Amino acid sequence: MEICRQNEALEIRELDPFLAELLRQIPESAQPKDSPAAEERLFSPPAAPEEKVLCAEWKLYVVPELRRLFQSATETVREDLQQLRCTDKPFANCTLRIPMAHADAWLSALNQARLAIAATYQFSDHELCDHYRSPLGSRRDLSLFQVNFYGFLQEFILREMEGND
Amino acid sequence: MNRLRRNRAAQCAVLSVVDVPCGALEMPAIEKQEATSEEIEMPWNVIVHNDPVNLMSYVTMVFQRIFGYPRERAEKHMLEVHHNGRSILWSGVRERAELYVQQLHGYLLLATIEKIG
Repeated sequence: MEICRQNEALEIRELDPFLAELLRQIPESAQPKDSPAAEERLFSPPAAPEEKVLCAEWKLYVVPELRRLFQSATETVREDLQQLRCTDKPFANCTLRIPMAHADAWLSALNQARLAIAATYQFSDHELCDHYRSPLGSRRDLSLFQVNFYGFLQEFILREMEGND
Repeated sequence: MNRLRRNRAAQCAVLSVVDVPCGALEMPAIEKQEATSEEIEMPWNVIVHNDPVNLMSYVTMVFQRIFGYPRERAEKHMLEVHHNGRSILWSGVRERAELYVQQLHGYLLLATIEKIG
């Protein structure tokens, strides 16, 4: 895989099927339907539980707005990922082009996915720092690899955004 | 939520000057209204809590964007969160504190507001 900046876009080239599949999983991973831990992390309370009124108002007014915000980011990413439906050429020749205008949406979706996966699997700090673990051992190992791979993409996007400033 | 609070605050100004006809009184009358407890309450802190998943560079960028802090100050807060588990990013009136927390949650940071004192 090669990732680089091309004018007003980021390009991910020479993708192997495994990494392409991880990319395709971003939108699903970002909005897990069956993980209360992930839901709790993405929509954490704004204050201590004693602030009952504030927490209740937050759930009522703010959480739906946040949900829409997160959904909008993952939809943008989902549309960009349509480029990976390379049916007419070998995978290695597929290029994913991410317009810089979509950088914020990608940062958000990658972050949602990383937080949701980490919450679901309850990774320890030690595990999250283990960047060399093979993804092949178990579903947990694969998920940890996913968190780190998405983190790598986030770092690259952030660096390029900083270069824009 | 902030809009609701703003509307509520607008309905109860603490002091309002009442117009009186010229010469009727030498001094303008000050109509006093009772301030709600919400208006005189203590200020609130905006706190960001440590999260092992969010990238340090990402957290720094968020602090710069939301609070307009220069990079050095944003990094100082980020490191405080990283090493101490939390950092107070801003203190002031409740409505603005809530708005900041809402923005921080929009970037998926663990943020809360806390009454001072």
